Formats: sequence, C-alpha cells, structure tokens
Amino acid sequence: MATVSNFKRLPANAAAEVCIWVEGQPVTAREGESVAAAVLAAGLGPTRTTPVSDSARSPYCMMGVCFECLMEIDGQANSQGCMTAVEEGMQVRFQRGIRAVPADTDTEKSTEKEAGENR
Amino acid sequence: MMSAAAKMGRVEADITVIGGGLVGLAVALGLQDRGLRVAVVDEGDLALRASRGNFGLVWVQGKGDTCPAYARLSRRSARLWGDFAAGLQESTGIDVQLTQRGGLFICLEQDELQKRVDMLESMRRQHDGDYPFEVLDPAALRDKEPAVGPTVAGATWGPEDGHVNPLLLMRAMVQRFLDAGGQLLTDGPVERIESHNGAFRLQGAGWTRETGRVVLAAGLGNKSLAAQVGLNAPLEPNRGQVLIAERVQPLLNYPNGHVRQTAEGTIQCGDSKEDVGFDCGTTTEVEAAIAARAIRMFPALEQVRLVRSWGALRVMTPDGYPIYQQSESHPGAYLVTCHSGVTLAAVHAGPIADWIAGENNAGELELEVFHGDRF
Amino acid sequence: MNHYDLAIIGAGPAGMAAAVTAAESGLQVALIDEQARPGGQIYRNVGSPALRQREILGPDYYAGERLVEALDHPQITDFSGAMVWEVRTDTLCLTVDGQSRQIGFQRLLIATGAQERPVPFPGWTTPGVMTCGAAQIMLKTSGLAPNGPLIIAGSGPLLLLIACQLSRAGVEIEALLETTPRRRYLESLSAWPGALRGWRYLLKGASMLAELRRRGVKHLTGVSQLRAEADAEGQLCGLSYHRGGHQQRLDCATLLVHQGVVPNVQLSRSIGAAHDWDEVQQCWRPRLDPYGETTQAGVFIAGDGGGIGGALVAELQGRRAANRIANQLSRLGATEFEHRANSLQRQIDFQLAIRPFLDRLYRPADEFLRPSDETLVCRCEEVRAGEIRQLARGGCAGPNQAKAFSRAGMGPCQGRLCGLTVSQLMAEASDRPVAEVGYYNIRSPIKPVTLGEVAGLAADQDQQPQAPQIAEPSAVSNYQRSVSR
Repeated sequence: MATVSNFKRLPANAAAEVCIWVEGQPVTAREGESVAAAVLAAGLGPTRTTPVSDSARSPYCMMGVCFECLMEIDGQANSQGCMTAVEEGMQVRFQRGIRAVPADTDTEKSTEKEAGENR
Repeated sequence: MMSAAAKMGRVEADITVIGGGLVGLAVALGLQDRGLRVAVVDEGDLALRASRGNFGLVWVQGKGDTCPAYARLSRRSARLWGDFAAGLQESTGIDVQLTQRGGLFICLEQDELQKRVDMLESMRRQHDGDYPFEVLDPAALRDKEPAVGPTVAGATWGPEDGHVNPLLLMRAMVQRFLDAGGQLLTDGPVERIESHNGAFRLQGAGWTRETGRVVLAAGLGNKSLAAQVGLNAPLEPNRGQVLIAERVQPLLNYPNGHVRQTAEGTIQCGDSKEDVGFDCGTTTEVEAAIAARAIRMFPALEQVRLVRSWGALRVMTPDGYPIYQQSESHPGAYLVTCHSGVTLAAVHAGPIADWIAGENNAGELELEVFHGDRF
Repeated sequence: MNHYDLAIIGAGPAGMAAAVTAAESGLQVALIDEQARPGGQIYRNVGSPALRQREILGPDYYAGERLVEALDHPQITDFSGAMVWEVRTDTLCLTVDGQSRQIGFQRLLIATGAQERPVPFPGWTTPGVMTCGAAQIMLKTSGLAPNGPLIIAGSGPLLLLIACQLSRAGVEIEALLETTPRRRYLESLSAWPGALRGWRYLLKGASMLAELRRRGVKHLTGVSQLRAEADAEGQLCGLSYHRGGHQQRLDCATLLVHQGVVPNVQLSRSIGAAHDWDEVQQCWRPRLDPYGETTQAGVFIAGDGGGIGGALVAELQGRRAANRIANQLSRLGATEFEHRANSLQRQIDFQLAIRPFLDRLYRPADEFLRPSDETLVCRCEEVRAGEIRQLARGGCAGPNQAKAFSRAGMGPCQGRLCGLTVSQLMAEASDRPVAEVGYYNIRSPIKPVTLGEVAGLAADQDQQPQAPQIAEPSAVSNYQRSVSR
C-alpha cells in the first residue's frame, strides 16, 4: 500500500472533519467529500484488484462512470467509492478479486420485515 | 465471413439451416460431422435471440410429465452432453463449463413441494421406475446447499441435471462451424421459401440463395416459414425474464430452476412465464418478484448487485413440446423447433442430425410424437 | 407512488434550469440527482465549494451559483442522493439510502449530461492514471490536487482548462502533452466562419494558452503512442510517448488523460429511443425534435446528453424543453411558447456556432478511437482490442454478439467505458460504417442495484405479478447502513 500521497489538500473553506477507517487505519476526511477522494488524499491504494486477473486498480473517473473505485463500505461490497460521501466512523475495506457474499444466512433477514415499511 | 459469391447465392451447400441460434447451430454441426456442406442463414445483431437470454440449464427433472417420449429425449440428450462438450473443447479449445452433478428444484411452500413430488412420482411410474429423483426436506437441502434460506419448504433433487455457459456454448459452436468450412450468412431473415425442381430457393431482403435441402430452425420465425413448405408450426412467444447479478465468490453448489451461479461467479435469477407477444423487455413488477423469491431462497443475495436483466422469448408450441418433422408436400424441408435449445443441443447435433442426414432412425427417436400435425 | 407532472433526471445546468422554468409554469417537478448537492459535474458542489481561492476554478464555475439558488421553489421536489436504476414510459425506480421506490410522471426530462470519452491506450488501467474530469471533481469537492510528478495528456478544451486551474493552484506540471494530430488544424479550417461567430470561445482558448506559457508549463504538441508504465507494485511510475520521430519517457506519479466528452446515452438507450452516429463528434447522439423530445413520446433530453454543447447551451436547452413540456401539458399558451422558443433558439444557435470548429479540431487521434490489439478495451472484464477485432473478422454480427462471446460490456460499468470503442473496432474490422454496426443493447438496471433494492418494490405494487408461480412477494429491502444513520 502506498504511504506517501500523490495528492495534497489546497487551502479550503471551513468544513467539519470526519474520521473514517480504511483497512483498519484512521483517515481524516472532509465532510461532503467522497470515500474515493479521502482514500486518495490519504495515499492509500490500490483500492481493489480485479476479479478477472487480480490486477491493481484505483479510482479513475471520480464521477460514477468507470466503477474502478469499488470498495467494501460499511460491509457493502462493490460500493462506488466516488459516489459515497464519507460519514463519521465509516469502515472501508479494499477488495481483492471477486467480492465476497455475507456468509451469515441466518434467520433474521428474509421474511419478518413488515410489508410496506419501505414505501 | 460471407464472401461476395455467397451473397449472390452461388456458393454450393448441400443443406441450409435457417436460424443461427443454439438449435440451428447444433443441427448444423451434426450435419457437418456427417460430411455435408452446410450453410447457416442468420439474422443480425439484434435478432430476438433466445440463445442469448436463456438460463443455461441442461435439465431433466420434471420435463415431459405429460409426454414420456419427451422425457426420454431430454434424458438422452443429457447423457450425450458430456461427449458433445468434450468434442467442442477438443476442436475449439473452448470449455463450455458443463457440470452435471445434479440440480435442485427448490419449493417455497409445502403444497408446491407436494405437487412437485406427486408429478415426479407419476413420471417414475410412467418410466417403470427408471426415473431418479430425491425429495429433500429443509435439513437435507441445507446439507447440499448451505446458503439456502430458513423459510423454504424443501426441494427435489435430480441427479441427471446440470448446467452449461450458454454464451460460451454459442461461441464454441460458431467457431467450430466456421472452422469446419461452414458458411454463416448474417443477412437474414429469410422471408420466402420456394421449392422448384426438388430444391429450394430462399429469399430475403435483397438476396436469394439456392439450396438442396433446408432445415427450419428459426425459432419464432418458423411459424411463417413452416407454412410455406407445408408444415404446421403454431408457435407463440413466451417471455422469460432473467436477472443477472455481479460476480461473487462461490455461493451455490448446484443449479436450480430459479437461481444459478456460473463458473465466473455471476448469479442468474429467473424465470417468469408471461404471454406478452413479441416484447423482449422487462417489467419492474416481475423483476421485483423474481428478486424477492431469489432472496427468500438465498438470503445472502439481498446485497448482491443486479447488473443487467433480460427478457428473452421462449419458443412455445401449444403443448410446450418440440416439433421435429420432414415435410410431406416438400420433401427435403425439415422443421426443428423447441424451447430447450441448451438441454437438447446434444441430441440435435447427434440423432436429430442423423435423421436429417438420412439415417432411418425416426422410429427410434419416436418422431411421430413430435409432428406438427398434432395441433 | 407519487406522481409528478415532470420528472427530471440530473441536476446539472440543463436539469436545474428546466426545473425552475417548469415550476414557474405551475408544473409539479421532481428533480433527481445522484449527488447530495445540485450542480452536475460542471457546477459540482458550487453551492458549497471546497476551494478557498475562487481564482483557481474561475468565474465560469461560480456562474452556477445563481442556478442553484433559484431551485428553492415550492413546486420543485428535491430527490438528491437518489440513484435512478430503471426508467419506464411513465414511471421510474430510484434508490435513496438503500431504499427503493417508484415515482410516476407525465413527462420525463433526461439531463444526465456527458461523460469523458474513454481513452484506451496501453496501461490506462494503471493506478495513478485518472481523467482530467476526475481532477476537476477533486478540486471542486475536496480541494484536492495532484502532488508529485504530474503529466497531463490528451486533447480538447478541458485539457487546457485543468492545466490552467492546477497551475493557478500552485501544482507543478511536468508536461502538458497534446495528442491533437497536426492535420486537425487543417481539417478545422473549414469551420472558421462559425468559429469567428463564437469569438469569445476562441479568445478563451487563446488566453488559456497564454496563461500556460506565462506560468512556464511545458506544452508539447504532436504527441502520440502513449504508454503508461507501472512499478513493481503496479503503481504508475512513468509515461512513454512518441514525439518528433523519437520514443521518449517521463517519470510521473499521476497522469491525467482526456479526449473530450461524449453524451451519456445509457438512459436514453434503455428506453429504446433512436440514436444516430455523429461522424464529426465520433459518438452516438439521441435523435431529438427541435425541442429535445426523443422518439419516445413524452421523453425529452436537454444538455450534453443530447449532443455536446457545454453548460450555457445546456441551460438554454433545459428551459426550451421545460417550455415545450408546459405547452404540451396546457400550462403555457401557444403564443408565449413560440415567443420564448424563438428567443431561446437564437441564443442556442449563437452559443453553438463554435462547435463545428472545436469538434473538428479536437476529434481524437485514431489510436484512441481504435486502439492497438494489446490495449484493454473493457476494463471490467479485461477484454483487449485484438479479441474484438478477431471476433468481428470471424463474422460476429455486432456488438451484442461480441458482448455475449467475449464478456466485453458485461461488468459493473455496463459498457460505459468500452461501448464506443467496441462499436468502432467492429466497424473497422468488418469494414462497415459504425451506424450499421450499432451499439450494445442497454437494459435496466441503468446502474447496478442490489437484489434487495429491486425486491423492495415487490411490496410496492398495485397489482399482483402476472407470473402465477411466483410466491407472494415479501418486503425485503434495506441496507443496514441507512438504519444505522
């Protein structure tokens, strides 16, 4: 994982600081920015390896088109890092190869939810 | 690629197959194996192509409950599939990812399971006890398929079922057909078939070609073509919607009638039966219902992302069974149509091709059962 | 399900202007955008910009402020942070915080703008290679700029603009490499009359060039054969290129590439609207009537999604479409409608006068349209140009067959980054026009969506599904994330 960032922060208007966790290490981000931007600012990456050849990738377009910045964000695999805003305490993991599916298939999920609650 | 001469209809072919989907190509490969020079006339890139939208099952259990000959044909094809796939791999290097380790049909409700068991038991009686299947209660099902959800009623297990990658299958068949010197013409569709002097003239928009014999394997297009050579093909489209999700790590051990995982890791969910005419789109309601059912079967799928959806049109006769028939009024014209182009591919490339090539095996194939005159 | 007179997808200049115009005519408007804040890409975050120094991005960016302010209108319902994943003729499905819902509409305006043209060349997937648009978004939303050896390479107005903006921010640029083929300067001469009408744009271009010279940015023209090089860890470490008859190489940690922008046609294709191949802009554009209505009645497009015109044109087209819709829905009389339409059309024509010149000058070099065999075309499924060419020569009927055979276009980006290239490679290899070769069938979902989100609509229907054997739908949908908020 790279340690020195290839990006720097320019003098910015005031915005709250948000702490997120990337691969278990704390990263300070700026409220309103994307996970992908925070990860690049911290000099972390590559952010995934591909399912086909395990080759390294990092954010490319930053506007939701290329899907190179897929990461596991708060347990959600294949989330678009550039389209997800940072939130305090967010847990970000880099994916290696094909995404996993949650192993736990136990009871609470499938049927008990009330119909119509998501209207 | 098509040569200019082929376009002008001057290139000789002993037999022309109309339709370059799974059915037409399988027959074409079989005819090539028997030494015939074969041309395939196909539509372009946007054809209503069931071969591209199908589910990839090489499936036996429950097929032919009201037609024992069809049950026998499906099982025969399943048995021939291993050699068929191996032959494709040998000649093209493409592994079509055939696995035949058994398949599940998962039932959500007890009465649904009971109906299915009753059906399979009656089939077993029809086949004098030679019809293998097992009934799995939820615990036995979970042993086979640990990802299954807590609220399913159970499943039936068919040891002869399996699946294949239908896209790689298409690719391998096209490649093998071309490598063996087949002519693939993508100028279709064929609009008219005329017979003269014991041969046929095929006519499309801006082209004609002569052929000694002709096989109608044009899916839904067979309906109007068959009538032109004295055959009856009362086919209607029946839409099946397929949801295709992203690649995930291995989750499912076996294919089942509703959800399967391909060798690449992609998850496919299907299928619906809708009588919607020639509309290969999808509808939100059916997509949602398919997704909800898939999640109930396998709760882990809730977080898996759908990447695309397909509405493919099944080619259905009124009773759902195939038509295989040579025209009496136009000898040399054959009709081959079915909705299980994947399962039956091996039989199409084998015994059905033998029959068209002139071997006297119609009786052994029980083809009189599959004549279009039955409607 | 809530119903609106007009649903607008995309809150960039076209969508924002249309929303306000429609709302002022009394229409109930739903304004939907995937971002948390309006602005689109061009005015991204303009309501709360990250950078303290306004000079860096310049006045053209802050011009978006007035559009954002005008959105505060009671007739406009704001769906921000909403991902649209399916569009039908009278309803659409979207997801907010992992919860899906449907909304109904009488008219739909697609204002999803442009995406940067895919720039395939050997090594373009290497971490450290990004687009110029990506660099701008980082400036606008995070005040983040490349640090360490930076190369900017490509062609088009945005290339010069981002170089100026980064330079103003104090970022060192090792080199600005221009890939515009020299003959394009000749080819664009025929479009000079229009260019002179659009003299303001010419002046902007000239002043950007002057600014780069003044700031001492090394600006090299006539560059070709880009190849990104990776170090042992796979990270970008250099760029080799061809110039002046020699192969050359520069170290870099970041490479920003750009070859212009093209309409984002995923949505318009998914609803089956007709599209035509634009030979000059080398892209597909939806077929529109003079007010932006597609061949699907009731569905309109405004802004760059209907053909590249830039932010000012987008805004005017948004107003034009909104007026037409208000007129169709009997909220705007014929006389007033025609008066406004004529005035808007004159302004649009004036703003578009420069386009034929820019389109000809900045038509990408062939190596980016039809890359070498070794180049990855489909980044998701890792399919190379050579395989697509081989399929086309083998009689593959078109891009959809090629997709089925090679998996190109089957990954999560759904063909956004390979579709244009695959069509162009197949056209070349089979010696047919691109218009005849066609494009991928684009189907719902427009963006990947979880099965849980799709299933969430099963309980949301008024009717039972037609499929009899499908078990009763259960309401299953949510991301744990949205619950934990």
